[in-house]
Amino acid sequence: MSAPAIETSGLVKTFGDNRAVDGVDLTVPQGTVYGLLGPNGAGKTTVVRMLATLLRPDGGAARVFGHDVVREADAVRSRVSLTGQYASVDEDLTGSENLVLLARLLGHDRRAARARAAQLLEAFGLTEAAARQVKKYSGGMRRRIDIAASILNTPDLLFLDEPTTGLDPRSRNQVWDIIRAVVANGTTVLLTTQYLDEADRLAGRVAVIDHGRVIAEGTPGSLKSSIGAGTVHVRLRDADRRPEAERLLGAALGAPVQLESDPVALTVRVDGAGSDQGAAQQAAQALAGLAAAGIVVDDFSLGQPSLDEVFLALTGPSAQDIPQGEAA
Amino acid sequence: MTSTAPAPADLAVPSTETLAAVLTRQERPPRPGALAASFTFGWRAMLKIKHVPEQLFDVTAFPIIMTLMFTYLFGGALAGSTREYLQFLLPGIMVTSVVMITMYTGVGLNTDIEKGVFDRFRSLPVWRPAALVGMIFGDVLRYILAATTIMLVGLILGFRPAGGFPGVLGGIGLLVVFSFAFSWIWTMFGLFLRSEKSVMGVSMLVLFPLTFLSNVFVDPGTMPGWLQAFVEVNPITHLVAAVRSVMDGTTDMGEVMWVLAASAVLIAVFGPLTMRLYNRK
Repeated sequence: MSAPAIETSGLVKTFGDNRAVDGVDLTVPQGTVYGLLGPNGAGKTTVVRMLATLLRPDGGAARVFGHDVVREADAVRSRVSLTGQYASVDEDLTGSENLVLLARLLGHDRRAARARAAQLLEAFGLTEAAARQVKKYSGGMRRRIDIAASILNTPDLLFLDEPTTGLDPRSRNQVWDIIRAVVANGTTVLLTTQYLDEADRLAGRVAVIDHGRVIAEGTPGSLKSSIGAGTVHVRLRDADRRPEAERLLGAALGAPVQLESDPVALTVRVDGAGSDQGAAQQAAQALAGLAAAGIVVDDFSLGQPSLDEVFLALTGPSAQDIPQGEAA
Repeated sequence: MTSTAPAPADLAVPSTETLAAVLTRQERPPRPGALAASFTFGWRAMLKIKHVPEQLFDVTAFPIIMTLMFTYLFGGALAGSTREYLQFLLPGIMVTSVVMITMYTGVGLNTDIEKGVFDRFRSLPVWRPAALVGMIFGDVLRYILAATTIMLVGLILGFRPAGGFPGVLGGIGLLVVFSFAFSWIWTMFGLFLRSEKSVMGVSMLVLFPLTFLSNVFVDPGTMPGWLQAFVEVNPITHLVAAVRSVMDGTTDMGEVMWVLAASAVLIAVFGPLTMRLYNRK
């Protein structure tokens, strides 16, 4: 029973010439949230689809609770649930019909299926929408019915493929609450996301994936501290002073300054030596430097490193082909 | 971000306690058998018809038009009167219409499978072909509806089957069995081809010669020898001959057995091919 929830070695999947997954090794212990972090097209979804027995690996091996995903696919299927990137429920059916249908397929008799569906709709705040077709649901409701469909039988391992992409902040928070409750109940969760922030809030460990390879693995804290504590964004009142501000900030923080397309905005990464407080102090001193030079700062913020910055830091300056945000 | 008025249900936030309650591990029911799972998927097809009843248009309007069109187009020229011709044409036009409708199985599967819901179906621990078998069960209902529609139109126009009610029932039954088997060709194409349009294109390419180069509209004896040779091996010819004989009360067991054997072969060949593609998708 102590087999890891997921264990892969040298997992490979190719589509034509494209090595979508190129030798991925992962070990996910039971009872944790594990984050797969990466941009679109990094190979996250392909990894999940192989683990959920939807795609056959072209190389390497993957085991879920000790069961091989190819040879013992049925044993794997009986312990996992998948919530895909796009709604994995039938949009033509109502919320209630979807849940009853899936409960029946899991072996519940008619009465038990109806009762379970009603219970889940209630718990997920969807009772009023139960008789409405899913295609008429809002994004947040869709996500909730999708997750509800995944826990008809409480799974031992739940795959959540970008569960909050495209959601408004409140719906996102609801999804996060649900994920926390699922894990608190003992289910292991494999979460893919493009958002460092999301991985940080939910995942105990994170693997950063790019071009089908794991380029970094560890706790969210260790990943962040490995690339610096954050980024200072500054907006000046007067665009003419920007070259001077660039020089001052660069000198104070010892890092290259990025000039934004907005002619009054600048961005600098803060080292912080691994601690947020250090970073904040450094930033404050740099800003004080600007004030002393008589440069008016209208607005500033100290933010966490963005995923782009994580990528740049992890892949090094030589990697010029890093997908920026939306690249395929 | 749809701009519909915010639903009150959207405001409800699941509370931690209720969530914990629904997540409590209960004993799992035994997995459903192959047939039970297939019927559950068949129920899904019924629900889809309930929510999108427009999809029944092609199994009602299309067969009516086919029957009226060919009866009045060819009747006078080929048999002297439309009424006379109808006695000959009706079983054949019923076969033609229903067999043509089978192609929507492929088209439907092709659009359906691209949606995320099939990922969920395929990750369930149920008998693998159940999703497809259930889908075709739903289509069988459409075939029955189309056949019944044509029969009613035929009866109104003056078709009088000598085999009576049992003959009609038997004929429709045989047609539905064959159509169920024939649908597996389209599930294969539905999984194999990239777009709904190409499935449609290939279906037409197969169905038009198959239905027209047969004994549906005219006696094959009037055709040139090479065409007769094709008509003779065309399964539609055998199906029409069998259905005609059953409805006429003069059941030709040879033809009926031929149709049943052909159905078995179709399932045995295209069923596994379809499942191979389905598992790899």
